[in-house]
Amino acid sequence: MTQAQRQRALAASDWREDFPILHQSVNGQPLVYLDSAASAQQPTSVIDAVARYQREDHANVHRGVHTLSHRATELYEGSRDKIREFVNATSRTEIVLTSGTTESINLVAQSFCRPRVGPGDKILITHLEHHANIVPWQMVCEQTGAELVVAPIDEQGQLKLESMWSLMTDDVAMLAVGHVSNALGTVNPVKEIIARAKARDIPVLIDGAQGVPHLSVDVQDLDCDFYAFSGHKMFGPTGTGVLYGREALLDAMPPYQGGGDMILEVSFESTIYNELPYKFEAGTPNIAGVVGLGAAIDYLQAIGMSRIADYEHRLHDYLVAKLKDFDGIRLIGTASDQASVQSFLLDDIHSHDLGTILDHQGVAIRTGHHCAMPVMTHFGISGTSRASIAFYNNKDDVDKLITALSKAQQVFG
Amino acid sequence: MTLNAVENDNIQDLYRELILDHARAPRHFGRLDDATHTALGINPLCGDKLTLYVRVDDEGTIEASAFEGSGCAISIASASLLTDIVTGVPVDKAEQVFRSITGRLTDTGEDNDIDAEPSLQERLDKLRALDGVRDFPSRVKCATLAWHALHSALGNDAKPATTE
Repeated sequence: MTQAQRQRALAASDWREDFPILHQSVNGQPLVYLDSAASAQQPTSVIDAVARYQREDHANVHRGVHTLSHRATELYEGSRDKIREFVNATSRTEIVLTSGTTESINLVAQSFCRPRVGPGDKILITHLEHHANIVPWQMVCEQTGAELVVAPIDEQGQLKLESMWSLMTDDVAMLAVGHVSNALGTVNPVKEIIARAKARDIPVLIDGAQGVPHLSVDVQDLDCDFYAFSGHKMFGPTGTGVLYGREALLDAMPPYQGGGDMILEVSFESTIYNELPYKFEAGTPNIAGVVGLGAAIDYLQAIGMSRIADYEHRLHDYLVAKLKDFDGIRLIGTASDQASVQSFLLDDIHSHDLGTILDHQGVAIRTGHHCAMPVMTHFGISGTSRASIAFYNNKDDVDKLITALSKAQQVFG
Repeated sequence: MTLNAVENDNIQDLYRELILDHARAPRHFGRLDDATHTALGINPLCGDKLTLYVRVDDEGTIEASAFEGSGCAISIASASLLTDIVTGVPVDKAEQVFRSITGRLTDTGEDNDIDAEPSLQERLDKLRALDGVRDFPSRVKCATLAWHALHSALGNDAKPATTE
């Protein structure tokens, strides 16, 4: 593609038409959706796949001998295969389907980490984490007497790597770190972090909720032990999520929840647990959601994650440049490597007031602490306004955001 | 008038000059060291957090009130207006104002008349500036937070007041 063609593409977005929800007015203005980091919108193919499943194929999975149950199982397990391929796991047994990143992390915290730690052990996280990658580890610390240790960040919102390396001591029993910060967009050098941790035999979980939608993820190349992510951040339905786990580790872990589907044989004396990954999937799962997640992966694969990353990177550059030029804007999070997200403050306008005024012009952004209160504390603020982009956004969306910010300045002028 | 102009009026109605004035320069902002009643108000959804202080005399009249904390323009202005209004007002009348303002801004839309002497009535009229939030359901809690804290303080609730 020539430079001119790339610029034209940025002005239009080739994929906007695929997302029906974007073509509506909100408060009398065309919708400008800049909140994909909170939840991404779904393409027609995902919406249709879920509807088709509900209309034609629904029954419970893994149970019946009848045709519908067989079809539902094929679709559900077909999605698991797609997920395996998407993140390049070695085996489908390493793909545990959950309700979302939060459940995936809690599963690892309780089933993997909790039995292995006690007083004198440390669990290492970072100052950038989402509450979902803080609280489950705090709970394990409360339960076991282990200590939570937090790697610091600098003024740009990047991990202080030298400090991080020095915190990787022999008593660290677990390392949990986000791939991409949801509040600041910082892309962490997870491959290097994992390599350093592996050298010290520290198991690593990557919170990939904001990574998978925007970057190519290869769990074998990363060499992480666990990788957690959510369906609804990657253009699939809510209530779906994935835990990738190294097979040997998953195999040795006790079940997280008990119930149907996770057993081979039950009597009142004892229960034989099912094989991987079903050991961790108690109860009837979110079948329709998982079918939709499979369709989302088909959609993303058809475009190509590297093409998505390239387009979003250029649009993010445009967003940041426009915000930088805007008088009164203070950028929060200025890491050299960012994906999708930019947080900011405008004058001394509180982010909720700004969010309301922008919404009134059809512009949807996220305001507040973004479930990352420690990040806000680091910058000495209570919250930010956050614009987050996906490949269905274009330059026009950014321009409308800028116009809406001017309007907010007038209201508060 | 175009639809757009109506929308803009709407937003101007929310951020009236009186609201912006109280948000920029809140009255009675700070700690009240000899407070007899105190409550913390938290809006868990957006993280707004303020502490309300009230000093009640032996006759049951609010002698002084103050607040500190952080929040959006609506919640700060509402707290500031509150401290202006309740000073010099008997506790039971302050509770009436709480019921009136929360009723008016939330689902019931109920507008209870309060028997108020002229200087209180003048201050209560200023509270009408908050009525713009009725068009913004997600912001009603910002406007009522301080009032819930007042209600909680006067009732000696041990738990923080929330708008949930």
